[in-house]
Amino acid sequence: MSTIPIPTVEEIIAQGNLVYKRPDALADTWTHYCPGCTHGIIHRLIAEAIDELGLRERTILVAPVGCSVLMYHYFNVDAVEAAHGRAPAMATGLKRTQPDKIVFTYQGDGDLASIGAAEILHAANRGEKFTVFFINNAVYGMTSGQMAPTTLPGMVTTSSPTGRDVALHGYPMRMAEIIAGLPGACYVVRRSVHDARAIRQAKKAVLTAFKTQLAGLGLSMIEFLSSCPTNWHMLPPDALAWIRDTMIPYFPLGDFKVADGVEQV
Amino acid sequence: MARELWKGNEAIAEAAIRGGVEAFFGYPITPQTELLEYMAARLPELGRTFLQAESEVAAINMVYGAACGGVRAMTSSASPGISLMQEGLSYIAGSEVPIVLIDVMRGGPGLGNIQPSQGDYFQMTRSAGHGDYHPIVLAPATIQEAIDLMYEAFPLAEKYRTIVILAADGSLGQMMEPAEMPPARPLLTEAERPSWAVRGARGREKRIITSLFLKEEELEALNLRLQAKLKHIAETEQHWEEVATADAEYLLVAFGTVGRTCKTVVREARQQGIKVGLYRPITLWPFPGPRLRKLAEQVRGILVAEMNAGQMLEDVHLATLGRCPVRFYGRMGGVMILPDEILGALHDLIADQPADPAARRREP
Amino acid sequence: MHEEIIFSGFGGQGALFAGQLLAYAALDCGLHVTWIPSYGPEMRGGTAHCTVVIADEPIGSPLVRRPASVIALNLPSFEKYEPLVKHGGVLVYNSSLIDRRPGRADIRYVPIPANDIAEALGNVRQANVVLLGGYLAATGILPLAAVETALDRHLPGRQRRFLESNKAALQRGAACVLEAVPAAPAEQTANPAAAAD
Ligand SMILES: Cc1ncc(C[n+]2csc(CCOP(=O)(O)OP(=O)(O)O)c2C)c(N)n1
Repeated sequence: MSTIPIPTVEEIIAQGNLVYKRPDALADTWTHYCPGCTHGIIHRLIAEAIDELGLRERTILVAPVGCSVLMYHYFNVDAVEAAHGRAPAMATGLKRTQPDKIVFTYQGDGDLASIGAAEILHAANRGEKFTVFFINNAVYGMTSGQMAPTTLPGMVTTSSPTGRDVALHGYPMRMAEIIAGLPGACYVVRRSVHDARAIRQAKKAVLTAFKTQLAGLGLSMIEFLSSCPTNWHMLPPDALAWIRDTMIPYFPLGDFKVADGVEQV
Repeated sequence: MARELWKGNEAIAEAAIRGGVEAFFGYPITPQTELLEYMAARLPELGRTFLQAESEVAAINMVYGAACGGVRAMTSSASPGISLMQEGLSYIAGSEVPIVLIDVMRGGPGLGNIQPSQGDYFQMTRSAGHGDYHPIVLAPATIQEAIDLMYEAFPLAEKYRTIVILAADGSLGQMMEPAEMPPARPLLTEAERPSWAVRGARGREKRIITSLFLKEEELEALNLRLQAKLKHIAETEQHWEEVATADAEYLLVAFGTVGRTCKTVVREARQQGIKVGLYRPITLWPFPGPRLRKLAEQVRGILVAEMNAGQMLEDVHLATLGRCPVRFYGRMGGVMILPDEILGALHDLIADQPADPAARRREP
Repeated sequence: MHEEIIFSGFGGQGALFAGQLLAYAALDCGLHVTWIPSYGPEMRGGTAHCTVVIADEPIGSPLVRRPASVIALNLPSFEKYEPLVKHGGVLVYNSSLIDRRPGRADIRYVPIPANDIAEALGNVRQANVVLLGGYLAATGILPLAAVETALDRHLPGRQRRFLESNKAALQRGAACVLEAVPAAPAEQTANPAAAAD
């Protein structure tokens, strides 16, 4: 019988071997996200940035109503849970009364672009000094796949069974472009997480957004194109390819507003 | 401090400032607007936070956010605006964050008008949002009382981690009356921030403020705890005023502006030889029922007067449970009640009572 | 003492401000007082009115159906309130704008050409203060000096340059009544037409 010694977990994760670890800002727990959903990737990018900038102990997260409603369990930071769409209003209250804290919201497209459209527009217009992570997955995920303000023309959802009819429902809203048009917004970009290159670029944007807040500048927002294999009825790799081939043509990646003073990473 | 002539809305704002409010978020609506305008002028001067929100929906959520940090935050509005705030109020109740809200009630339903009303009694006392809870609702009758209640509203809200609503009406907001301001209370220091406040997890475990409890046992446990707390509040926080009840044969029951109008009625009726008293609830929730029940056993009849279709009336019925006849006089649509109307209704009540009190007891 | 006064006029005639001056003066005299406006759509163009209650004990209702005194700055106010003044009460009115024969014998009419007096003093907008002076002289409810102090303290900033002329208006209003009514109980001599009733 061969006797290959099996290393203990502690031996495996010994300092010298450590190349990848859970960021301190992420809690040591499992998430409830569906297989292949990219919320997890985005969570991780945010947590890494919080760690790298040393912000964990002064960060306050405003969670939305949507698939990420329980994200306060996944982050090791102080957190509050907002009503559907109202995260920017709550964040305004927090940041205005605790300006030394780092405040961020994390919102889906139903939350931000539909029920909470007024709150995000006005927070941006006032130049609120917090950061918004906007997750555009083109559907209402949590309520199982209804049409969102970002659902693409012709796209079938449970509430647009014959496909989104723009004559009936209007066109998908390009929120990054809309928010960038407001003078109070200082850093507004669209990124994707469908492949490694996109993820690396997204990470830089997250760092830039937090630095914009640290510099005391106005609203910073990143729109992430994110996958929803469950409600798109696709396998995870196909969902990623769908972002690349179908979403990006309508929602182009890019920087829509980089105000003076924003230090891009 | 000397007595000064104060407009109701401004007096409430100044009392809030002296009471230590740190942040005000609001949206203009008549007849509350002077309160917001006063805050807009004063808070920035004092280095505190004022922000005009884009809607009442946003305003209440800004208050919620600020209050999550253990900051003394408030808003004010009038009836249609309170309707928009109900969502936020329910979340605030569910996460047990203390806040203060002023409702300067106006005529409804709908856009209604901008005249005084008491039509939001149900809206405020029953829950002011979805789910099982009650805010503490305080109903001042004079500007001095509004100042005093406002001044104590934050400590009260913090003591129970609950919503405190100051229920004024358009006339109290708009009228002027001499009153004395209390001295300014020092602002909360960092060390005085509550132990649940979300202020960054520096050197401690993270804190979460949420009203979401997906497991039914967890949510039921929260509800049981909330109900126990409400029961305790109901037992300890009932406040009311009695006028000339010692020998009263008839009793007026009214709150807020109508409560003060009834003082004139009591005076005039007594001049006519009618032994009438006044029971004026100061807390609408918790409704001061037990004392009213005692009085119902003493008097031959109760007349409830409100600027609505009979909302507190239900609480009076629940408290008195048929111990004596209960009549109602109300005006709606922003019509203010004049003393002679209540006096007339009182005469009607008296005329309908059998002369022999024993006969009354035999009534079904 | 329990006195209720309604000030009523067109929006912009200063009925509400005249009522506030009286309220401030009552406070300075150590009395209880309430001031409550009508603040409806009436503010735009129609009549604006306020009710002031002055008493030596805490005030219950800030509103009354039948006031002891009415100060009418314009005709619609005169027509609305003439029937409502309490028996034995006082109706002070702006006879520059109100050309009406008094209709009741049980109240006292005090006509004051307030617009003419104010205009002669250089500012027609002080007719409200002229009438207030007349009211104080007619009823003696508070000393004129108390209202002068209220003017000193509460005339809004942009109007302060009118302080002295406001005081003059107050005095001229009072003088108008005192001259017309030399002996106290000679009711209605201020308006000969009323005496005919
Ligand atoms: C006032 C209100 N209306 C509706 C809902 C139900 N609801 C919960 S999540 C959601 C949609 C969320 O979609 P999105 O914001 O796109 O986030 P995702 O779930 O896709 O991450 C809806 C409609 C609610 N919670 N509150």
